[in-house]
Amino acid sequence: MTGTAYLDHAASTPMRPEAVEAMEAAFRAGAANPTGAHKLAREARKVLDRSRTTIADAFGTDPGNVVFTGGGTEADNLAIFGVVGARGGLPACSSIEHHAVLHPVQHLGGHVFGVDARGVVDIADLNRVLGEIEATGEKVAVVSVMLANNESGVIQPLDDIAAVVRERSDAVLHTDAVQAVTWLDLKTHTAAFDLMSISAHKFGGPQGVGALVMRSDIDLVPVILGGGQERERRSGTQNVAGISAMAAAMAATEADRASLVSRIDALRTRLIDGLRSVLDGVHESGVDASGDRSHKVAGTAHLCFEGLDSESLLFLLERGGLYASAASSCASGAQEPSHVLAAMGVSRDLAVGSLRLSLGATTTDADIDLALSVIPAAVDQLRGTR
Amino acid sequence: MTAISAGAASPKKQVMMAMSGGVDSSVAAAMLIEQGHEVVGVTLKLWGGDSDSGCCSVSDVDDARWVADQLGIEHHVFNMGADFDEHVVDPYIASHAAGLTPNPCVECNRHVKFGKLHERAKALGFDAVATGHHARLVTREDGTFRLGRGADQAKDQSYVLYMLDQEQLGRLMLPLGGGTKDEVRARAAELNMRTANKPDSQDVCFITSTGGRQKFIGARLPLTPGTVVDGSGEQVGTVTAVELVTIGQRRGLGLAGGSDPQFVTNVDTQTATVTVGRPEDLLVETTPLHQVVWAHEPVEGPVLVQTSAHGVPAAATFAGGVVHWDEPHRKVAPGQSVVLYDNDQVLGGGLALRN
Repeated sequence: MTGTAYLDHAASTPMRPEAVEAMEAAFRAGAANPTGAHKLAREARKVLDRSRTTIADAFGTDPGNVVFTGGGTEADNLAIFGVVGARGGLPACSSIEHHAVLHPVQHLGGHVFGVDARGVVDIADLNRVLGEIEATGEKVAVVSVMLANNESGVIQPLDDIAAVVRERSDAVLHTDAVQAVTWLDLKTHTAAFDLMSISAHKFGGPQGVGALVMRSDIDLVPVILGGGQERERRSGTQNVAGISAMAAAMAATEADRASLVSRIDALRTRLIDGLRSVLDGVHESGVDASGDRSHKVAGTAHLCFEGLDSESLLFLLERGGLYASAASSCASGAQEPSHVLAAMGVSRDLAVGSLRLSLGATTTDADIDLALSVIPAAVDQLRGTR
Repeated sequence: MTAISAGAASPKKQVMMAMSGGVDSSVAAAMLIEQGHEVVGVTLKLWGGDSDSGCCSVSDVDDARWVADQLGIEHHVFNMGADFDEHVVDPYIASHAAGLTPNPCVECNRHVKFGKLHERAKALGFDAVATGHHARLVTREDGTFRLGRGADQAKDQSYVLYMLDQEQLGRLMLPLGGGTKDEVRARAAELNMRTANKPDSQDVCFITSTGGRQKFIGARLPLTPGTVVDGSGEQVGTVTAVELVTIGQRRGLGLAGGSDPQFVTNVDTQTATVTVGRPEDLLVETTPLHQVVWAHEPVEGPVLVQTSAHGVPAAATFAGGVVHWDEPHRKVAPGQSVVLYDNDQVLGGGLALRN
C-alpha cells in the first residue's frame, strides 16, 4: 500500500475550502484596518461584524459577546486571568484540562478536581474541591471544565457540572470547547456555561485565530492592553482574514456536522475494531468493557498498546505514511508523558504506549485502510524486538 | 594489527545520528551524508530543569533541527527524560549521599545514549547509531571491535565510552574520531552551520554554573556539615556538606592558612568526617574496581589506566579486579570510572572502590 494518511486532526485539521476562499477574499480586498473610518476600513469592519455574528449564532449568543483572540490558548488565558482579575477569588479546573487552562489555574494558586476511569469529571471530587476553596475563606472565581478532551475525546457533562457549581457558588463557568466544535452542537452542550473558548484550526479555520465567547456580559480584565479593540477586552488589530476564515469554517461545520459525525463515527469503529481483531493488548482510553463510546467525540480513537513506547511507534507509522500523535507535544517536539492518562488512572507503563488517531472532515475509507495496514505491522515489529 | 576507521568505504547504512545541537554532531552528520549513508537526526530530551551547557534546552533542539534542515535530513526528538532521571540523576544524588564521586556522563552513555537509544535504533530498523564523540572505532584482525582514542588527544572522549561492548561497537559509527576539533570547527564554518562557533559543552549538563553542585544536590538531599581532621584525628577545619567533598580536593575545607597544602585523603559520610593529609598521603599501591565491563573479553596483565576524563594514563597491572599501579598513584575517588587501555584502545573499565 502506498500513499499517506493524516490522522492527527485533533492537533490541526486542514482548512475547509470555504475558509480558504474567505481568507483569500479578505486578503484581496486589501489590508485596511477595521478600526479606520474610510470605505476600505468600513468594508473590513463589515467582514468582522459578519464573522462575529456567525460565531455568536453557533453558541446562541449576541455578537457583542464574542471576543476574537489569537487562538484557543489565548482565549483560555483570558477566561482564567480575566475573570479572576475582575472578581478576585480562586480558579478551579479539572485535572484533564489542556495546559492552556491548567497552567493559568495553577499559576493563580487554583485548585484541581479529578476524573473517573472513563475520564469524566468526578462530581464528588468537584464538590470536595469547591469546599476546599470555601474553607480557605476565598470565593470560587471561575470553574473551568473542557467540553471534549484533546487526548481521550471524552465529553464532559457540562449541565451536571454547572448544576453542582451553581448550587453552592456564583462562580463563572468556563469551558475550553476547542476540541468540540467539529463534533458537538455548541448551543446545547454549552448552554449552562458562561464562557467558551474555541480555536479556528481545530475545525477547518486557520492557525492563530480563536475566540472567547460569552453567554452574557461577564466582567473580564483584559490580558492584552493597547488600542482597546474587542470592547476593551482584547487589544490589537484584528486578524480580519483569519477571523473571516474562522467564521466560514464555523458555518461549514454547522451545516454538515450531523452527517460528518455519523460518517466519522463509523470509520472510527472500523478502525478500532480492525486493530483489535489483529492485535492483542490494545486498550481504548476511557472505554470500559461494555465498549460504549457514546461519551466520546466521534473523531477520536485513543489507544494504549501494551509493551510499546509511543515515540518508536510514531516513527514507524510515519515511515508507513501514517501521521498521528501520542500525548501532547512539548515545545521541543518531544512527547511528554500524558497528564490526562495519569488523571484517568492509566498506569505509566501503559501510558507510554499511547496513540491518538484523530479523524476529521477530510478523513476517508482509504485513510482507515492504510492505518489498518501500517499500525499492526509497526506494533508487531516493535513487540518482536522486545 | 590494522586499524581502519569504520564508515569510510563501508556499505550504505541507515544511520540514526544523535544530534545534540552542538558543532561536533552537526559535522558528524554532514560527514555521514557525504559518505552516502541514509541519515536520520535524533535529539534526545533528557533534562527538563535548569542547564547552562544546555544539553537539552529548546534552543539546542532548535539548533539540531536547523542543521538537519540544512543537511536535508529528517529530524526527530525523543524524550528520554524518565530514563535520564532514573539512571543518571537519581543515582548521581544517591552516590553523593554515600560519599562517592559519580560520573553522570558515563552513566548517561551507559544507560541512555548507548542503552535506550541503541535499543530503539535497533527496534526501528537502523543499521547503526552515530555520535559526534571524539573517539575512533577500530576493527581488529580477528574481526572484533575496539574503541580507540580520538586523533585529537586533547578532545579524546574514549574515557566516557569505556562501557561499550562488541554488540554496541558493532553498530556504532564515530565519524569524527580521525580529526581534530579545529578541523571540525573549520568544516562547520565551511558548511555555514550556525553551530560552528558554539562553545564546547562543559561539565555536567544538569548543573548550572550559577547554582553549582551545592544548589542542585542540596535541593535533593539533606546536606551534612562535617568535621575535617588530620592524620592523627585532630580537628583542623569544618565543611558545610560532607556529601560534596571529593578525594584529592584542596579548597573549601576551612583550614587555617599558612600550613602546607592539605588534600582530602578520605571521606566518611557515616561519621561526617573528612580526613586531610599531605600529597604523599594520597598515594596508593592499588585501586580495587567493581562493575567491571569489557569491550571483548576479560583481560588480566599489564594495562594503561586512566582515572579521569582527560587524565594522564599510568602503567599498571590488572589482576583479580584490582589495579596494581607500577608506581604509587594518586588515590581514585570511589565511584569514579577507571578505564583500562591497551595502548590507545579501550579494553574495559569499572568504578573505583574504596581502598
